[in-house]
Amino acid sequence: MNPLYQIFVDPFVQMAGAPDLFAQTIWEGFVGGMLYALIALGYVLIFKASGVFNFAQGIMMVFAALTLVGLHEMGVHAYIALLLTLGVMYLLAVGVERAVLRPLVNQPDIILFMATFGLTYLLIGAGELVFGGNPKTMIAKELGLPSGGIDFNILGGLVSLQRIDIAAAVIASILVAGLAAFFQYTRVGRALRAVADDHQAALSVGISLNEIWVVVWFAAGVVALATGVMWGARSNVSFALQIVALKALPVLILGGFTSVPGAIVGGLVVGIGEKLGEFYWGPLLGGGIESWLAYVIALAFLLFRPHGLFGEKIIERI
Amino acid sequence: MTNANLRLILGAATALGLGAATQTFAQDSIYVPLLTYRTGPYAGSGIPIADGMRDYLTMLNERDGGIGGVRIDIEECETGYDTKKGLECYEQVKPKKPVVMNPWSTGLTLSIIPKASVDKIPILSMAYGLSAAARGNVFPWVFNPPATYWDGFSQMLEYIANKEGGGVEKLKGKKIGYIYLDAGFGREPLPLIEQLSKDFGFTPTLYPVAGTDMQNQSAQWLNVRRDRPDYMIMFGWGALNPTAIKEAVKINYPMDKFVSIWWVGEDDVKAAGDGAKGFRELNWHAVGAEFPALKDIQTRVVEKGKSQSPKEKVGSNLYNRGLYNGMLIAEAIVNAQKVTGRKVVNGEDVRRGLESLNVDEARLKQIGLEGFSGPVKLTCADHNGHFPTYVQRWDGEKFVKDSDWIKPMSAKVDPLLEADAKSYAEKNAPWPARTEACDNKS
Repeated sequence: MNPLYQIFVDPFVQMAGAPDLFAQTIWEGFVGGMLYALIALGYVLIFKASGVFNFAQGIMMVFAALTLVGLHEMGVHAYIALLLTLGVMYLLAVGVERAVLRPLVNQPDIILFMATFGLTYLLIGAGELVFGGNPKTMIAKELGLPSGGIDFNILGGLVSLQRIDIAAAVIASILVAGLAAFFQYTRVGRALRAVADDHQAALSVGISLNEIWVVVWFAAGVVALATGVMWGARSNVSFALQIVALKALPVLILGGFTSVPGAIVGGLVVGIGEKLGEFYWGPLLGGGIESWLAYVIALAFLLFRPHGLFGEKIIERI
Repeated sequence: MTNANLRLILGAATALGLGAATQTFAQDSIYVPLLTYRTGPYAGSGIPIADGMRDYLTMLNERDGGIGGVRIDIEECETGYDTKKGLECYEQVKPKKPVVMNPWSTGLTLSIIPKASVDKIPILSMAYGLSAAARGNVFPWVFNPPATYWDGFSQMLEYIANKEGGGVEKLKGKKIGYIYLDAGFGREPLPLIEQLSKDFGFTPTLYPVAGTDMQNQSAQWLNVRRDRPDYMIMFGWGALNPTAIKEAVKINYPMDKFVSIWWVGEDDVKAAGDGAKGFRELNWHAVGAEFPALKDIQTRVVEKGKSQSPKEKVGSNLYNRGLYNGMLIAEAIVNAQKVTGRKVVNGEDVRRGLESLNVDEARLKQIGLEGFSGPVKLTCADHNGHFPTYVQRWDGEKFVKDSDWIKPMSAKVDPLLEADAKSYAEKNAPWPARTEACDNKS
């Protein structure tokens, strides 16, 4: 078959020929994309507040999920374990603010970035020490999350939606909307945006940097927990999950490091784009293109929008 | 005395002390490093295997005072299933004169194969690594019993043919999907698949999964749904396995047509819930702890707090896999002691021990593993044995035996192995010709 036909025509013929599979692919991409958006949101929040790319966001997701499952394994009721995990993430936020951010205030960004590397290894070590390296099954049922699937005989075939995926999409949407509203309309949110604009100016009007950092790191911890629960329920809870968090990087490149809407749109573009790419174009390249396709999509966008879709265009005087 | 002289004397004394310590260390024990991974994305598979290997050797130390009266000095080095870290581990343990190297990674095995003959350290890559390494005349320092990945793949094809009514001609026209970790391990059988698909007339459909997407496989399984393969074969590891089984359940892929190579543990299947009932995989040893050697491990190692394994995991599939590896190490040392007449053996001796390994039914009974597995016998020419395996089925709670012993398709696989070994030597020219003497020609 003509290669040009295979690349530019055949995939679209397939989409039209089997619309149920096309819809299924879009759905899978949408769910993955919402979860990527949630992970990216954790990065964006911290970047906005402290100007640092938090390398530890991925391991925070694993750590939160492991804490939840680990506490439940110790006999704690699922909902109490959930509350206790939130408490642990709050303590982590306070600890990071006291032990990492406060002593390093006014240091170059790269120092803070390296500190988040240190935090990553600290959390890996602590997680393995307390909970071991064995993968664990997410306590989805105990948390009241749905299981099983709903099949729709539509579009000339079958579209199957997993209940856990629906729950993941709904919870991710609520969290994203809630956080966006929180940081847009509340006093803390306005303070965060002030801090993001200019630390010194924010300090001069009485905003406590320390409090803002705790709030933001805690919010990132909540996001990490939600993502860990959802992704853990789709697969399992293991240290492999931190690799999934790296998928947020192209999302951030695409959406911009400072934009909440960018994280959402970027997540969806990457999520849906990689599934469509793998499903319709992957076989032409021997499959397995998903792992790098997201970066290609992000780089393609960068050619036209160097600051990302919604990133701020920063002009610095020389 | 000047400071410089003092430092010189202290330095010399320290060096002498260290030398003496090394000498004592070398005389008192047999050093067996275990390159394991208890951390990272592959820990789920790595932990039970590490526990099984370590516990068996520890049990020998506790029960028998080691092997032939010489204690085994066991040391783990964490590789994280990362070839770079594995190579660091290799260099780290090398000066301590290991008698055998257990890489537990096909990628790492491929990297250290050229080093083995130079460093005089045999490699035991038990049922993994380079399949062609079974050819002892080309790879005198590498051993991969009891079956190669190529054997395993052919055994799965045989199982499928049997399910279809028997005879490989039943494979003709079938579509067989292959989902695999897109790394050295998963890519290992690709040349065989290409050849056998031509010979038997089946259509292979490939679904590679990158290491970064092990927990994100929905696109691959959508492809499976579209392609509708008659059977699925999996070569997975770490987080790939539970995710693949969950995804297969999600698209309602029939579990009785989903067969895996021998690296799936109970936890991998349990995660998928009831839908995973009927999932199949190859195995060559028993699952369970009802064997005297395992009971000794429970009483002398686990209950005494000398194991890192939870009690309930002893006897699980991958734990027993590690135990089997530990047994092979121990039997190779026993053999080396017999062949050389020395108690404290080195790498060269253990290579000879591996080459004349013969763990028959009587020996299995003697070491408390009667009925645990089939016998294993190696020769100078055959470092693998190409032994039969069986298929086990997940019944919702445990693995149960689902087939008789299945022999590999040696008539097809052996010539390909021979050609691959030759090709490896040519590509890595000048590959050293075998100079090692043979203690066991048949």
